[in-house]
Amino acid sequence: MIPAAFDYVRVDSADEALAALAEHGDDAKLLAGGHSLLPLMKLRLAAPAVVIDIGRVDELKGVTDGGDHVAIGALTRHRDVEINDLVNAEVPLLAAATRHVGDAQVRHRGTIGGSIAHGDPASDIPSALLAMNATMVARGQDGAQREISADDFFSGFLETALNADELLTEIRIPKLGGVGFSFQKFTRRAQDWAIVGVSAVHGNGTAGVGLVNMDSKPVRAAAVEAALREGAGAADAAALAAEGVHPSSDLNASVEYRQHLARVLTKRALDEAAG
Amino acid sequence: MQITVTVNGAATTHDVEPRRLLVHYLREDAGLTGTNIGCDTSSCGACTVHLNGEAVKSCTVLAVQADGQEVTTIEGLAAADGTLHPMQQAFHECHALQCGYCTPGMVMASISLLDEVPDATEADVREGLEGNLCRCTGYHNIVKAVLQAAGGAQ
Ligand SMILES: Cc1cc2nc3c(=O)[nH]c(=O)nc-3n(C[C@H](O)[C@H](O)[C@H](O)COP(=O)(O)OP(=O)(O)OC[C@H]3O[C@@H](n4cnc5c(N)ncnc54)[C@H](O)[C@@H]3O)c2cc1C
Ligand code: FES
Ligand code: FES
Repeated sequence: MIPAAFDYVRVDSADEALAALAEHGDDAKLLAGGHSLLPLMKLRLAAPAVVIDIGRVDELKGVTDGGDHVAIGALTRHRDVEINDLVNAEVPLLAAATRHVGDAQVRHRGTIGGSIAHGDPASDIPSALLAMNATMVARGQDGAQREISADDFFSGFLETALNADELLTEIRIPKLGGVGFSFQKFTRRAQDWAIVGVSAVHGNGTAGVGLVNMDSKPVRAAAVEAALREGAGAADAAALAAEGVHPSSDLNASVEYRQHLARVLTKRALDEAAG
Repeated sequence: MQITVTVNGAATTHDVEPRRLLVHYLREDAGLTGTNIGCDTSSCGACTVHLNGEAVKSCTVLAVQADGQEVTTIEGLAAADGTLHPMQQAFHECHALQCGYCTPGMVMASISLLDEVPDATEADVREGLEGNLCRCTGYHNIVKAVLQAAGGAQ
Protein backbone atom coordinates (compact mmCIF):
# COMPACT_ATOMS: atom_id res chain seq x y z
CA MET A 1 0.00 0.00 0.00
CA ILE A 2 1.40 3.32 -1.08
CA PRO A 3 0.02 6.75 -0.18
CA ALA A 4 -1.32 9.07 -2.86
CA ALA A 5 1.31 11.51 -4.10
CA PHE A 6 1.92 14.64 -2.04
CA ASP A 7 4.39 17.47 -1.72
CA TYR A 8 6.73 17.21 1.24
CA VAL A 9 7.88 20.13 3.35
CA ARG A 10 10.21 19.63 6.30
CA VAL A 11 10.36 22.37 8.93
CA ASP A 12 12.81 22.85 11.79
CA SER A 13 10.92 25.20 14.09
CA ALA A 14 7.42 25.92 15.36
CA ASP A 15 7.44 29.26 13.51
CA GLU A 16 8.28 27.53 10.23
CA ALA A 17 5.52 25.00 10.86
CA LEU A 18 2.97 27.77 11.37
CA ALA A 19 4.18 29.59 8.26
CA ALA A 20 3.87 26.41 6.21
CA LEU A 21 0.34 25.85 7.56
CA ALA A 22 -0.58 29.41 6.57
CA GLU A 23 0.83 28.91 3.10
CA HIS A 24 -0.76 25.56 2.32
CA GLY A 25 -4.01 25.89 4.25
CA ASP A 26 -6.54 23.11 4.19
CA ASP A 27 -4.52 21.04 1.72
CA ALA A 28 -1.82 20.42 4.28
CA LYS A 29 -1.38 17.92 7.11
CA LEU A 30 1.24 18.00 9.84
CA LEU A 31 3.33 14.83 10.17
CA ALA A 32 4.75 14.11 13.63
CA GLY A 33 5.62 10.44 14.18
CA GLY A 34 3.35 9.42 11.33
CA HIS A 35 1.93 6.41 13.15
CA SER A 36 -1.66 7.52 12.81
CA LEU A 37 -1.40 9.60 9.66
CA LEU A 38 0.69 7.27 7.47
CA PRO A 39 -1.56 4.21 7.98
CA LEU A 40 -4.53 6.40 6.97
CA MET A 41 -2.65 7.70 3.94
CA LYS A 42 -1.64 4.19 2.90
CA LEU A 43 -5.30 3.17 2.99
CA ARG A 44 -6.06 6.41 1.10
CA LEU A 45 -8.46 7.42 3.84
CA ALA A 46 -6.34 10.57 3.98
CA ALA A 47 -4.74 12.16 0.93
CA PRO A 48 -3.27 15.54 1.87
CA ALA A 49 -1.74 17.50 -1.02
CA VAL A 50 1.05 18.72 1.24
CA VAL A 51 2.67 16.96 4.19
CA ILE A 52 4.49 19.23 6.62
CA ASP A 53 7.03 17.15 8.55
CA ILE A 54 7.42 18.55 12.08
CA GLY A 55 9.27 15.47 13.32
CA ARG A 56 12.53 17.41 13.71
CA VAL A 57 11.16 20.42 15.56
CA ASP A 58 13.38 19.86 18.59
CA GLU A 59 12.03 22.87 20.52
CA LEU A 60 8.77 20.91 20.97
CA LYS A 61 10.47 17.83 22.43
CA GLY A 62 11.15 16.99 26.05
CA VAL A 63 9.72 17.10 29.55
CA THR A 64 10.14 20.05 31.93
CA ASP A 65 9.13 20.83 35.49
CA GLY A 66 6.55 23.62 35.50
CA GLY A 67 6.31 23.87 39.28
CA ASP A 68 2.78 22.69 39.95
CA HIS A 69 2.65 20.79 36.67
CA VAL A 70 4.76 18.71 34.29
CA ALA A 71 5.09 20.21 30.80
CA ILE A 72 5.55 17.81 27.89
CA GLY A 73 6.47 19.02 24.43
CA ALA A 74 3.96 17.89 21.80
CA LEU A 75 6.67 16.14 19.77
CA THR A 76 7.97 14.04 22.66
CA ARG A 77 7.88 10.42 21.57
CA HIS A 78 5.96 7.80 23.56
CA ARG A 79 9.26 6.07 24.37
CA ASP A 80 10.73 9.24 25.83
CA VAL A 81 7.60 9.85 27.93
CA GLU A 82 7.52 6.27 29.18
CA ILE A 83 11.06 6.32 30.61
CA ASN A 84 11.14 9.95 31.78
CA ASP A 85 11.95 10.30 35.50
CA LEU A 86 9.79 13.39 36.04
CA VAL A 87 6.80 11.74 34.35
CA ASN A 88 7.25 8.58 36.42
CA ALA A 89 7.61 10.55 39.66
CA GLU A 90 4.94 13.24 39.25
CA VAL A 91 2.37 12.01 36.71
CA PRO A 92 2.92 8.23 36.75
CA LEU A 93 -0.51 7.54 35.24
CA LEU A 94 0.77 8.94 31.94
CA ALA A 95 3.77 6.60 32.00
CA ALA A 96 1.47 3.65 32.76
CA ALA A 97 -0.87 4.49 29.87
CA THR A 98 1.98 5.20 27.47
CA ARG A 99 3.55 1.80 28.13
CA HIS A 100 0.35 0.25 26.75
CA VAL A 101 0.44 2.15 23.44
CA GLY A 102 1.00 -0.29 20.55
CA ASP A 103 4.40 -1.96 20.70
CA ALA A 104 8.02 -0.88 21.13
CA GLN A 105 8.41 0.03 17.47
CA VAL A 106 5.28 2.21 17.55
CA ARG A 107 6.46 3.94 20.72
CA HIS A 108 9.81 4.73 19.09
CA ARG A 109 8.00 6.83 16.47
CA GLY A 110 4.65 8.04 17.79
CA THR A 111 4.39 11.26 19.78
CA ILE A 112 2.13 12.40 22.60
CA GLY A 113 1.01 15.38 20.52
CA GLY A 114 0.08 13.22 17.55
CA SER A 115 -1.86 10.88 19.82
CA ILE A 116 -3.93 13.76 21.13
CA ALA A 117 -4.29 15.84 17.96
CA HIS A 118 -5.60 12.76 16.17
CA GLY A 119 -8.61 12.75 18.53
CA ASP A 120 -9.14 9.00 18.40
CA PRO A 121 -11.52 7.67 21.09
CA ALA A 122 -9.59 4.36 20.98
CA SER A 123 -6.30 6.03 21.92
CA ASP A 124 -4.96 5.37 25.41
CA ILE A 125 -3.36 8.74 26.17
CA PRO A 126 -6.45 11.01 26.15
CA SER A 127 -8.09 8.99 28.95
CA ALA A 128 -5.10 9.70 31.20
CA LEU A 129 -5.11 13.39 30.31
CA LEU A 130 -8.83 13.64 31.12
CA ALA A 131 -8.37 11.85 34.45
CA MET A 132 -5.52 14.21 35.40
CA ASN A 133 -7.19 17.39 34.09
CA ALA A 134 -4.41 18.22 31.66
CA THR A 135 -4.27 21.43 29.66
CA MET A 136 -3.22 21.54 26.00
CA VAL A 137 -1.30 24.52 24.73
CA ALA A 138 -1.70 25.52 21.08
CA ARG A 139 -0.01 28.24 19.06
CA GLY A 140 -1.95 30.06 16.35
CA GLN A 141 -1.04 32.19 13.36
CA ASP A 142 -0.80 35.34 15.49
CA GLY A 143 1.87 33.60 17.57
CA ALA A 144 -0.32 33.74 20.66
CA GLN A 145 -0.67 30.73 22.94
CA ARG A 146 -4.06 29.30 23.68
CA GLU A 147 -4.78 26.98 26.59
CA ILE A 148 -7.45 24.34 26.12
CA SER A 149 -8.69 22.04 28.89
CA ALA A 150 -8.80 18.33 28.14
CA ASP A 151 -12.61 18.48 28.42
CA ASP A 152 -12.85 21.13 25.70
CA PHE A 153 -10.09 19.67 23.55
CA PHE A 154 -11.76 16.46 22.40
CA SER A 155 -14.76 17.61 20.42
CA GLY A 156 -15.81 14.64 18.29
CA PHE A 157 -14.73 11.53 16.38
CA LEU A 158 -11.19 12.35 15.16
CA GLU A 159 -12.01 15.98 15.91
CA THR A 160 -10.37 18.36 18.34
CA ALA A 161 -10.60 22.03 19.29
CA LEU A 162 -7.42 22.72 17.31
CA ASN A 163 -7.90 24.96 14.29
CA ALA A 164 -6.46 23.68 11.01
CA ASP A 165 -3.75 26.36 11.06
CA GLU A 166 -2.84 25.85 14.73
CA LEU A 167 0.03 23.87 16.21
CA LEU A 168 -0.25 21.86 19.41
CA THR A 169 2.92 22.75 21.31
CA GLU A 170 2.68 21.45 24.86
CA ILE A 171 0.68 19.32 27.27
CA ARG A 172 0.57 20.47 30.90
CA ILE A 173 -0.36 17.94 33.54
CA PRO A 174 -0.93 18.94 37.19
CA LYS A 175 1.36 16.94 39.46
CA LEU A 176 -0.51 14.11 41.15
CA GLY A 177 1.22 14.63 44.48
CA GLY A 178 1.28 10.95 45.29
CA VAL A 179 -2.44 10.34 44.71
CA GLY A 180 -3.22 6.72 43.78
CA PHE A 181 -3.58 5.93 40.07
CA SER A 182 -4.24 3.06 37.68
CA PHE A 183 -4.45 2.35 33.96
CA GLN A 184 -6.49 -0.65 32.85
CA LYS A 185 -6.71 -1.82 29.25
CA PHE A 186 -8.65 -4.77 27.91
CA THR A 187 -7.43 -6.30 24.66
CA ARG A 188 -7.85 -9.69 23.03
CA ARG A 189 -4.27 -9.85 21.82
CA ALA A 190 -1.01 -8.21 22.91
CA GLN A 191 -0.28 -5.00 20.98
CA ASP A 192 -3.94 -4.37 20.13
CA TRP A 193 -5.87 -1.19 20.64
CA ALA A 194 -8.10 -1.22 23.71
CA ILE A 195 -11.57 -2.72 23.43
CA VAL A 196 -12.16 -0.62 26.54
CA GLY A 197 -9.65 1.14 28.76
CA VAL A 198 -9.81 3.13 31.99
CA SER A 199 -7.50 5.74 33.53
CA ALA A 200 -8.13 6.63 37.16
CA VAL A 201 -6.67 8.85 39.86
CA HIS A 202 -8.32 8.74 43.26
CA GLY A 203 -7.43 9.90 46.77
CA ASN A 204 -6.81 13.05 48.85
CA GLY A 205 -10.02 14.60 47.58
CA THR A 206 -9.11 14.01 43.93
CA ALA A 207 -11.27 11.83 41.67
CA GLY A 208 -10.58 11.59 37.94
CA VAL A 209 -11.67 8.78 35.61
CA GLY A 210 -11.13 8.77 31.83
CA LEU A 211 -12.44 6.13 29.43
CA VAL A 212 -11.01 4.63 26.24
CA ASN A 213 -13.35 3.62 23.42
CA MET A 214 -16.57 4.29 25.33
CA ASP A 215 -17.93 7.07 23.11
CA SER A 216 -17.28 8.70 19.73
CA LYS A 217 -14.61 10.82 21.43
CA PRO A 218 -12.40 10.44 24.51
CA VAL A 219 -14.67 10.97 27.53
CA ARG A 220 -14.55 10.97 31.29
CA ALA A 221 -16.76 8.80 33.52
CA ALA A 222 -18.43 11.83 35.07
CA ALA A 223 -20.96 9.79 37.06
CA VAL A 224 -18.16 7.78 38.70
CA GLU A 225 -16.23 10.94 39.55
CA ALA A 226 -19.31 12.57 41.09
CA ALA A 227 -20.07 9.48 43.19
CA LEU A 228 -16.49 9.28 44.43
CA ARG A 229 -16.54 12.96 45.40
CA GLU A 230 -19.67 12.28 47.40
CA GLY A 231 -17.87 9.50 49.21
CA ALA A 232 -19.16 6.40 47.43
CA GLY A 233 -17.06 3.25 47.67
CA ALA A 234 -15.21 1.81 44.68
CA ALA A 235 -17.83 -0.83 43.89
CA ASP A 236 -20.78 1.57 43.99
CA ALA A 237 -18.96 4.24 41.99
CA ALA A 238 -17.65 1.79 39.37
CA ALA A 239 -21.20 0.53 38.78
CA LEU A 240 -21.87 3.93 37.18
CA ALA A 241 -18.98 3.73 34.67
CA ALA A 242 -21.25 3.35 31.63
CA GLU A 243 -23.74 6.06 32.68
CA GLY A 244 -24.01 8.97 30.30
CA VAL A 245 -21.57 7.63 27.69
CA HIS A 246 -22.41 6.12 24.32
CA PRO A 247 -20.15 3.30 23.16
CA SER A 248 -20.67 1.67 19.78
CA SER A 249 -20.60 -1.97 18.82
CA ASP A 250 -18.07 -3.42 16.39
CA LEU A 251 -16.38 -6.72 15.54
CA ASN A 252 -14.73 -6.85 18.96
CA ALA A 253 -17.56 -6.00 21.29
CA SER A 254 -21.25 -5.18 21.54
CA VAL A 255 -22.49 -2.07 23.31
CA GLU A 256 -23.52 -4.15 26.33
CA TYR A 257 -20.14 -5.85 26.53
CA ARG A 258 -18.35 -2.50 26.42
CA GLN A 259 -20.58 -1.19 29.20
CA HIS A 260 -19.79 -4.30 31.23
CA LEU A 261 -16.05 -3.91 30.61
CA ALA A 262 -16.17 -0.25 31.64
CA ARG A 263 -17.71 -1.18 34.99
CA VAL A 264 -15.31 -4.06 35.63
CA LEU A 265 -12.19 -2.14 34.57
CA THR A 266 -13.21 0.95 36.56
CA LYS A 267 -13.59 -1.20 39.67
CA ARG A 268 -10.15 -2.71 39.08
CA ALA A 269 -8.68 0.74 38.47
CA LEU A 270 -10.18 2.20 41.66
CA ASP A 271 -9.00 -0.80 43.68
CA GLU A 272 -5.49 -0.48 42.30
CA ALA A 273 -5.48 3.29 42.86
CA ALA A 274 -6.44 2.64 46.50
CA GLY A 275 -3.26 0.59 46.68
CA MET B 1 13.45 14.69 -3.77
CA GLN B 2 17.08 13.71 -3.31
CA ILE B 3 17.81 12.06 0.02
CA THR B 4 20.88 10.57 1.64
CA VAL B 5 20.41 7.79 4.15
CA THR B 6 23.30 6.07 5.87
CA VAL B 7 22.47 2.39 5.56
CA ASN B 8 24.65 -0.08 7.44
CA GLY B 9 27.35 2.55 7.74
CA ALA B 10 27.48 3.57 4.07
CA ALA B 11 25.83 6.67 2.61
CA THR B 12 23.16 5.95 -0.01
CA THR B 13 21.75 8.75 -2.13
CA HIS B 14 18.66 8.41 -4.29
CA ASP B 15 15.99 10.57 -5.86
CA VAL B 16 12.69 9.44 -4.35
CA GLU B 17 9.06 10.43 -4.40
CA PRO B 18 8.02 11.78 -0.98
CA ARG B 19 5.52 8.95 -0.70
CA ARG B 20 8.21 6.25 -0.97
CA LEU B 21 8.17 4.07 2.13
CA LEU B 22 11.46 3.38 3.87
CA VAL B 23 11.03 -0.37 3.37
CA HIS B 24 10.76 0.12 -0.41
CA TYR B 25 13.75 2.46 -0.33
CA LEU B 26 15.79 -0.22 1.42
CA ARG B 27 14.67 -3.09 -0.78
CA GLU B 28 14.45 -1.41 -4.18
CA ASP B 29 16.70 1.66 -4.11
CA ALA B 30 19.41 0.40 -1.76
CA GLY B 31 18.99 -3.18 -3.05
CA LEU B 32 18.88 -4.72 0.41
CA THR B 33 16.13 -7.33 0.32
CA GLY B 34 16.79 -8.84 3.75
CA THR B 35 14.06 -6.65 5.24
CA ASN B 36 10.73 -8.33 4.51
CA ILE B 37 7.25 -6.93 4.03
CA GLY B 38 4.54 -8.93 5.78
CA CYS B 39 1.35 -7.11 6.62
CA ASP B 40 2.13 -3.67 5.20
CA THR B 41 -0.08 -2.24 7.97
CA SER B 42 2.42 -1.82 10.86
CA SER B 43 1.16 -4.93 12.63
CA CYS B 44 3.57 -7.80 11.99
CA GLY B 45 7.06 -6.39 12.50
CA ALA B 46 8.62 -8.24 9.54
CA CYS B 47 9.89 -4.91 8.21
CA THR B 48 11.61 -3.88 11.47
CA VAL B 49 14.93 -2.05 11.02
CA HIS B 50 16.89 0.30 13.27
CA LEU B 51 16.48 4.02 12.72
CA ASN B 52 19.20 5.81 14.67
CA GLY B 53 19.66 2.65 16.70
CA GLU B 54 16.03 1.97 17.62
CA ALA B 55 13.62 -0.58 16.17
CA VAL B 56 10.96 0.89 13.88
CA LYS B 57 8.55 -0.58 11.35
CA SER B 58 9.92 0.58 8.01
CA CYS B 59 6.54 0.13 6.29
CA THR B 60 5.28 3.05 8.39
CA VAL B 61 8.17 5.46 7.89
CA LEU B 62 8.65 7.58 4.78
CA ALA B 63 12.07 7.40 3.16
CA VAL B 64 12.21 11.20 3.34
CA GLN B 65 11.80 10.98 7.12
CA ALA B 66 15.04 8.97 7.19
CA ASP B 67 16.92 11.58 5.14
CA GLY B 68 20.20 12.32 6.91
CA GLN B 69 19.59 9.56 9.46
CA GLU B 70 21.20 6.17 10.13
CA VAL B 71 19.48 2.92 9.29
CA THR B 72 20.68 -0.58 10.12
CA THR B 73 19.17 -3.61 8.43
CA ILE B 74 19.72 -7.32 8.97
CA GLU B 75 22.50 -7.15 6.35
CA GLY B 76 24.43 -4.77 8.58
CA LEU B 77 24.76 -7.06 11.59
CA ALA B 78 27.35 -9.70 10.73
CA ALA B 79 31.04 -8.77 10.74
CA ALA B 80 32.87 -8.38 7.43
CA ASP B 81 34.37 -11.86 7.80
CA GLY B 82 30.89 -13.37 8.14
CA THR B 83 30.94 -13.78 11.93
CA LEU B 84 27.33 -13.55 13.00
CA HIS B 85 26.04 -10.93 15.43
CA PRO B 86 25.48 -12.58 18.85
CA MET B 87 21.72 -12.31 18.33
CA GLN B 88 21.93 -14.02 14.93
CA GLN B 89 24.15 -16.70 16.48
CA ALA B 90 21.64 -17.23 19.28
CA PHE B 91 18.74 -17.56 16.81
CA HIS B 92 20.84 -20.10 14.90
CA GLU B 93 21.76 -22.12 17.99
CA CYS B 94 18.29 -22.09 19.54
CA HIS B 95 16.54 -22.99 16.28
CA ALA B 96 14.53 -19.79 16.62
CA LEU B 97 13.21 -19.88 13.06
CA GLN B 98 11.42 -22.17 10.71
CA CYS B 99 10.41 -20.50 7.42
CA GLY B 100 12.51 -17.48 8.35
CA TYR B 101 10.14 -14.84 7.08
CA CYS B 102 9.77 -13.04 10.40
CA THR B 103 13.41 -13.54 11.34
CA PRO B 104 15.08 -10.34 10.07
CA GLY B 105 12.45 -8.27 11.89
CA MET B 106 12.62 -10.46 15.01
CA VAL B 107 16.40 -10.15 15.19
CA MET B 108 16.34 -6.36 14.73
CA ALA B 109 13.56 -5.95 17.32
CA SER B 110 15.39 -8.25 19.76
CA ILE B 111 18.64 -6.30 19.54
CA SER B 112 16.77 -3.04 20.15
CA LEU B 113 14.98 -4.66 23.10
CA LEU B 114 18.23 -5.73 24.77
CA ASP B 115 19.73 -2.29 24.15
CA GLU B 116 16.89 -0.91 26.28
CA VAL B 117 16.54 -3.77 28.78
CA PRO B 118 19.96 -5.52 28.91
CA ASP B 119 18.95 -7.90 31.73
CA ALA B 120 15.59 -8.80 30.18
CA THR B 121 13.54 -11.54 31.81
CA GLU B 122 11.37 -13.98 29.87
CA ALA B 123 8.36 -11.73 30.53
CA ASP B 124 10.30 -8.67 29.28
CA VAL B 125 11.18 -10.52 26.08
CA ARG B 126 7.66 -11.73 25.42
CA GLU B 127 6.22 -8.27 26.01
CA GLY B 128 9.05 -6.47 24.23
CA LEU B 129 8.49 -8.51 21.06
CA GLU B 130 4.70 -8.02 21.02
CA GLY B 131 5.02 -6.06 17.78
CA ASN B 132 6.54 -9.01 15.90
CA LEU B 133 4.43 -11.92 14.70
CA CYS B 134 5.73 -15.38 13.86
CA ARG B 135 3.46 -17.86 12.12
CA CYS B 136 5.76 -20.87 12.56
CA THR B 137 7.69 -21.22 15.77
CA GLY B 138 5.17 -20.58 18.51
CA TYR B 139 7.73 -18.07 19.82
CA HIS B 140 9.25 -20.44 22.37
CA ASN B 141 12.66 -20.76 20.73
CA ILE B 142 12.72 -17.08 19.79
CA VAL B 143 12.35 -16.16 23.46
CA LYS B 144 15.05 -18.70 24.33
CA ALA B 145 17.40 -17.18 21.78
CA VAL B 146 16.92 -13.64 23.04
CA LEU B 147 17.49 -14.77 26.63
CA GLN B 148 20.63 -16.62 25.54
CA ALA B 149 21.91 -13.49 23.78
CA ALA B 150 21.09 -11.45 26.89
CA GLY B 151 23.08 -13.85 29.05
CA GLY B 152 26.00 -13.75 26.67
CA ALA B 153 26.00 -9.99 26.69
CA GLN B 154 26.25 -9.72 30.47
C1 LIG C 1 0.42 -0.68 14.85
C2 LIG C 1 -0.03 0.50 15.67
C3 LIG C 1 -0.59 0.28 16.92
C4 LIG C 1 -1.01 1.34 17.71
N1 LIG C 1 -1.56 1.06 18.93
C5 LIG C 1 -1.97 2.07 19.71
C6 LIG C 1 -2.55 1.81 20.99
O1 LIG C 1 -2.67 0.66 21.43
N2 LIG C 1 -2.96 2.87 21.73
C7 LIG C 1 -2.82 4.16 21.30
O2 LIG C 1 -3.19 5.07 22.03
N3 LIG C 1 -2.27 4.45 20.10
C8 LIG C 1 -1.84 3.44 19.30
N4 LIG C 1 -1.29 3.72 18.07
C9 LIG C 1 -1.20 5.13 17.62
C10 LIG C 1 0.08 5.76 18.09
O3 LIG C 1 -0.03 6.09 19.45
C11 LIG C 1 0.38 7.04 17.29
O4 LIG C 1 1.72 7.32 17.51
C12 LIG C 1 -0.39 8.25 17.65
O5 LIG C 1 -1.77 8.03 17.61
C13 LIG C 1 -0.11 9.41 16.71
O6 LIG C 1 1.11 10.03 16.99
P1 LIG C 1 2.07 10.41 15.79
O7 LIG C 1 3.14 11.26 16.37
O8 LIG C 1 2.49 9.19 15.09
O9 LIG C 1 1.12 11.35 14.91
P2 LIG C 1 0.93 11.52 13.35
O10 LIG C 1 0.43 10.27 12.75
O11 LIG C 1 2.13 12.13 12.77
O12 LIG C 1 -0.24 12.61 13.36
C14 LIG C 1 -1.55 12.27 13.78
C15 LIG C 1 -2.46 13.47 13.57
O13 LIG C 1 -2.16 14.53 14.47
C16 LIG C 1 -1.78 15.72 13.79
N5 LIG C 1 -0.68 16.30 14.57
C17 LIG C 1 0.43 15.65 14.99
N6 LIG C 1 1.19 16.47 15.75
C18 LIG C 1 0.53 17.66 15.82
C19 LIG C 1 0.81 18.91 16.47
N7 LIG C 1 1.91 19.10 17.22
N8 LIG C 1 -0.09 19.94 16.31
C20 LIG C 1 -1.21 19.75 15.58
N9 LIG C 1 -1.52 18.60 14.95
C21 LIG C 1 -0.66 17.56 15.06
C22 LIG C 1 -1.40 15.27 12.40
O14 LIG C 1 -1.60 16.28 11.46
C23 LIG C 1 -2.33 14.10 12.18
O15 LIG C 1 -3.59 14.54 11.80
C24 LIG C 1 -0.85 2.67 17.25
C25 LIG C 1 -0.29 2.92 16.00
C26 LIG C 1 0.13 1.85 15.20
C27 LIG C 1 0.73 2.14 13.87
S1 FES D 1 5.20 -5.10 7.06
FE1 FES D 1 5.65 -3.50 8.44
S2 FES D 1 4.75 -4.20 10.26
FE2 FES D 1 4.15 -5.74 8.85
S1 FES E 1 9.74 -18.53 11.26
FE1 FES E 1 8.10 -18.47 9.84
S2 FES E 1 7.06 -16.67 10.43
FE2 FES E 1 8.52 -16.86 11.97
